[in-house]
Amino acid sequence: MSVTTAPAVLDRDGLDALVTALVGQGRTVVGPTVRDGAIVLAELASADALPFGWGVELEAGRYRLVRREDGAAFAHSAGPQSWKTFLHPARERLWSADRTPEGHVSFTPEEPAAPDYAFLGVRPCDLRAVAIQDRVLTGGRYEDSGYGARRRRALLISVDCVEPGATCFCVSTGGGPAADPGYDLALTEVVDGDGHRFLVRVGSEEGARLLEAVPHRGADPATETTARASVDAARDRMGRSLPPVDLRALMGASLDAERWDDVAARCLTCGNCTMVCPTCFCVTTEEVTDLTGDHTERWQRWDSCFDLDFSYLHEGPVRSSGKARYRQWLTHKLSTWHDQFGTSGCVGCGRCIAWCPAGIDITEEVAALHTESETER
Amino acid sequence: MSAPKLAVFKLASCDGCQLTLLDCEDELLALAGTVEIAHFLEATSTVLPGPYDLSLVEGSITTAQDAERIRAIRANSRHLVTIGACATAGGIQALRNFADVDEFRRVVYAHPEYISTLATSTPVSAHVDVDFELRGCPVDKRQLIEVITAFLAGRKPDVPNHSVCFECKRRGTVCVTVAEGKPCLGPVTHAGCGALCPAYRRGCFGCFGPSGSVNLPALIPVLRRDGMDDDAVVRFLHTYNAAAFDKELTS
Repeated sequence: MSVTTAPAVLDRDGLDALVTALVGQGRTVVGPTVRDGAIVLAELASADALPFGWGVELEAGRYRLVRREDGAAFAHSAGPQSWKTFLHPARERLWSADRTPEGHVSFTPEEPAAPDYAFLGVRPCDLRAVAIQDRVLTGGRYEDSGYGARRRRALLISVDCVEPGATCFCVSTGGGPAADPGYDLALTEVVDGDGHRFLVRVGSEEGARLLEAVPHRGADPATETTARASVDAARDRMGRSLPPVDLRALMGASLDAERWDDVAARCLTCGNCTMVCPTCFCVTTEEVTDLTGDHTERWQRWDSCFDLDFSYLHEGPVRSSGKARYRQWLTHKLSTWHDQFGTSGCVGCGRCIAWCPAGIDITEEVAALHTESETER
Repeated sequence: MSAPKLAVFKLASCDGCQLTLLDCEDELLALAGTVEIAHFLEATSTVLPGPYDLSLVEGSITTAQDAERIRAIRANSRHLVTIGACATAGGIQALRNFADVDEFRRVVYAHPEYISTLATSTPVSAHVDVDFELRGCPVDKRQLIEVITAFLAGRKPDVPNHSVCFECKRRGTVCVTVAEGKPCLGPVTHAGCGALCPAYRRGCFGCFGPSGSVNLPALIPVLRRDGMDDDAVVRFLHTYNAAAFDKELTS
């Protein structure tokens, strides 16, 4: 596929028309909106629901909404959810079975719920996270059919990052504030004396068709220059970074580090980091019978390596200590993920830092492990 | 084959947990069709003799008589499942474990000599073997039906041991601690309620007791950070599962 459409510009009315067009196509449009003191991801009836004029202040274990003077809609990061909430939902029925009075058992596979999603406002880090979950859940021999069905039908509209948070560190994971290919449309939000507008790059034929359906104009040099400068500036404004070393090797060499005891003393093992992580994909399955015993269902639901039962094998959990579980999470994310899936499992979105109630900071822990390994050398 | 016999017993408790069983209005007919309700005084004065296939016990042990009674119930029950914070952790009445019961007796009662009580309130599991403990104050009715269903089917109940945080995240509730700085016991509390309180923007107050994987000492600095002094932390932990949380703090 080759898409040669030149960059374009949408103004606020164009953005409204974009959402209206997607809703008109029967798509379920999901994007950022303000609810319960945070910018969450939810179904949008129109662009009016976007968080115009809202930003966030982030720190380890702390998230606060703040007003912005400029009216920007996408100047925020590290919300409490990621797109896996929709592509890889927290609970999903896989099949059910019924027993007739004669004793015959019939199985009914569940048709995956797969709305035609349009995701508006996918951050570049999250776009990379979706690509990682694609490899994990559809790249192997046994595809997660529900995920695959939803993902194939989803339209992705990314928005480049011009306002990284204090917990952001995508650049040090090999990413950056500009969207990599994988989007249908990529927006860059520009707010200055010339107005509120969005530079649009087209990433697919479907994206090109969508752009054609809404009022837009060709990109002017000033908008392109401002957009590029804002994204370039964002690259240098990351609040945090991982140490610039071979993290895969560092994790492998740190299995007996003393730092694990230190972090385990602070870790609540509550599982929040894995639930908010846009790449953590682990699930468990449960069989549930009803009172009659003639009907049973198999459900898949999110699980976490911080759950004691996660590693439960005949008569006991393999990773019974909090230390073993934190170490499993971090070494899998940064090291053994490479062995399994060919990349790191971390995109540097900073959610695990912001949404840890105890404020445990992955960049601080990795830096401490690095320092410990240097000291021992 | 005759229907399995279900019994419900009460020790020191408020009745809320067995009331939860009566509250299962949509499932009651199916339940009554599946089991023989042999002993359930809150529902019927008809009492059938044991042995019982499944006994649900609410309440804690606070008297010498109940300490004897629970042994008799155990001996008469094939499976014994304790339900609720009183039966699984001693309940709010376990606050006596940290105080002088004789003093209470003198101050509260005109005739303290009429009161015959133990110095502590203890969970049923401190007295007899228990096949399963279902937590909550009160227990959650979906979980209660699940436990009964599982025991009838001879399978393990689907009652996860993880924290309330799992339930908040699964239902998409924004964390009240991180986003609003509210003290919350969710990270150390056993899941099961469906993360009810945070969904209404208040912190979890720990009705389900410690989770299966709990690091309570790690939460204390978080509660202090969010504005609680030492006394407030103690009060926060000393409610329905006071004895269980206290054990986690001192272990």
